[in-house]
Amino acid sequence: MSKNGVLTGTFFMNGDAACAEGAISAGCRFFAGYPITPATEIAERMAERLPQVGGTYIQMEDEIASMNAVLGASWAGVKSMTATSGPGFSLMMENIGLGVMLETPCVVVDVQRAGPSTGLPTLVAQGDMMQARWGSHGTYEIIALVPSSPQEIFDITITAFNLSERYRVPVIILTDEAVGHMSEKVVIQEVAAEDLVSRKKPKVTPDKYQPYKPDKDLVPPMAIAGEGYRFHVTGLTHDERGYPAMNAEAQDKLVRRLSDKIRLNRKDIIRYEEIDTEDARVIVCAYGITSRIARHAVQLARNEGIKAGLLRLITVWPFPEERVRELGKKAKAFVVPEINYGQIVLEVERCAGGKAKTLLVPHMGGSVHLPQTILEAIRKAAK
Amino acid sequence: MPHIWCAGCGIGLATACFVRGIERAGLDLDKIALVSGIGCSGRVAGYVKVDSFHTTHGRALPFATGLKLGNPELKVAVFSGDGDIAAIGGNHLIHSARRNIDMTVICINNFNYGMTGGQLGPTTPLEAYSATSPYGNFEYPFNLPYLVAASGATYVARWTVLHLRQLERSVAEALLKPGFSFIEVISPCPTVYGRMNKRPRGLDEMHYYQEKSIVRNGADPKEADIVADGPIIVGKFVDIQRPTFFDFRNKVLNKAREQKKL
Amino acid sequence: MKLWRTPFDHAGKATKPAKVIIDKERCKGCGYCVEFCPKDALKMSDELNAKGYTPAKVADKQKCVGCGLCEIICPEFAIKLEHEDDKKK
Repeated sequence: MSKNGVLTGTFFMNGDAACAEGAISAGCRFFAGYPITPATEIAERMAERLPQVGGTYIQMEDEIASMNAVLGASWAGVKSMTATSGPGFSLMMENIGLGVMLETPCVVVDVQRAGPSTGLPTLVAQGDMMQARWGSHGTYEIIALVPSSPQEIFDITITAFNLSERYRVPVIILTDEAVGHMSEKVVIQEVAAEDLVSRKKPKVTPDKYQPYKPDKDLVPPMAIAGEGYRFHVTGLTHDERGYPAMNAEAQDKLVRRLSDKIRLNRKDIIRYEEIDTEDARVIVCAYGITSRIARHAVQLARNEGIKAGLLRLITVWPFPEERVRELGKKAKAFVVPEINYGQIVLEVERCAGGKAKTLLVPHMGGSVHLPQTILEAIRKAAK
Repeated sequence: MPHIWCAGCGIGLATACFVRGIERAGLDLDKIALVSGIGCSGRVAGYVKVDSFHTTHGRALPFATGLKLGNPELKVAVFSGDGDIAAIGGNHLIHSARRNIDMTVICINNFNYGMTGGQLGPTTPLEAYSATSPYGNFEYPFNLPYLVAASGATYVARWTVLHLRQLERSVAEALLKPGFSFIEVISPCPTVYGRMNKRPRGLDEMHYYQEKSIVRNGADPKEADIVADGPIIVGKFVDIQRPTFFDFRNKVLNKAREQKKL
Repeated sequence: MKLWRTPFDHAGKATKPAKVIIDKERCKGCGYCVEFCPKDALKMSDELNAKGYTPAKVADKQKCVGCGLCEIICPEFAIKLEHEDDKKK
């Protein structure tokens, strides 16, 4: 282990464990969670590792308490995280909204399993994609990342913490049971200090400080509790001083900024991977575990002479609208395999704008797509 | 200041006692973090010049837990109402008390949900009237000191807002005492609860406290039920020593270190 | 109490009347200060303030002994006591 607790080396590790290690590498020193399959391993690993690095693990009485404890610890100045699955994710929604409203950096991991309701607790699905974007009430924007391998979970967790600290917003890691429970080679390297982002600190004295006065990037510097800033923050619509402002004008100013904060910084936030899309007639748009199968299907299609390509989403929210629009102009069709009955396909279809066809390849959950199924869809789309 | 609470509302009094309690305890104001929930009592956070957080309904306690665990140097206090703490927040109340995390909870009990118009809550006495019990309440209320003491709190007290000096003293004691401290503050709510239960002026409620409150320090919380128009037992009920969350955590982790497990 | 002798150290210990300053516009007319003043030095006035409440006011400043109960029993933080000593400090 390196001196700041990072477990450097090469490991054969499952996705959940890689997530925990990624968090520790990113500087996370607080975890509050509640056991839920298939995210429990993250909690267990954090319970073991956090005391080793001087951090705090607490198992709260439910997911609602977990989310709130994460917010509280973040306001005490500690990088914080929780991990859950569908049912817990639903419980956390109100307080993810609180995190957005208070502009609290934190990371929420959702290891998706088949739903709705109790569903298939131990089996994979990708049914929470839209929920991650719209789950909490009101108008807001959020960042959600989708890894597709244990190595990528490790890397993405660090990215998630960096994005959440830079933009003062909860960042959701939408992984799935397949990637979470799969064990693969994970290489952990020391992360350079300059590659880790921490929230902006106030540059003015406490008497001049206004908790929600944004800088040019629309993100306000964040004071934490106990440093003499004597600030007030509230979940009510507030003005720049942090106090409640119950009128439409304040609502417009605040809510618009909370969304623009993410929208206008899209270029910095959005990430995706493209394979063979330059001349592709059929583009498969996939994410998570499905993208690995899709990659194989695209290869099979190419072998048959179909010009197929893969757009693998890494950030799913904000959705890479511009790229999908561009690809939609050149390609004949999008094929969207996902382990749900059509969620991200709606975004793809919207952005394709009628220029390219959009074909959904659904799977209700419980297992993953077969490459053949995606290949058949590619063939159909290519006609 | 000026604040939004109604004429005769006891929350202003409780806030004043709280602030004087902080003064009496001699605490560093920069290190105090105040967390409140939703409701009339929850508005306190915006009126006190310390780091303050106005959070979601019922969730002040876990938020405060996160704050304390994130920075153990903070002096964390939770100020909220009976509905916020004992109804929607009930689960968090008993677990926070169980853990004996070092924080002080001031629970304003005005026997109803004031801000939303006077609906019944988990502390509304039997047969009392409220917006959602127009024929009288037929649900047995909580005895909050009993509940919290049974859950493991190390300091439990109840005062009415009329007991100004005792409340101030209790606040100071609770803030200085390590572990989970809980103070229930009985308050008038003239605009809704009082009006619906034949005590429309704050003064009527204060007279009721004057006549019917009985100070019994050290009383068994089990005996402290509140019945509509009945006596109100107040006092410092529980003041015991029990290792806090941090005490146990340190003990366990140190032992693990000795055994080279950590 | 008329028959008790005056203690030798009375002068240092006796409470002194204080100037009771009531912020008329903050007062919501709840009546606690009037009701609980041990010397009946306060009363409700007849006028209305800007918010429509009838504020309290000092009825007889001679009766005030500077105990400060009104200051701590006001839920609106509308009452401030000014003691003679405060001015000297």
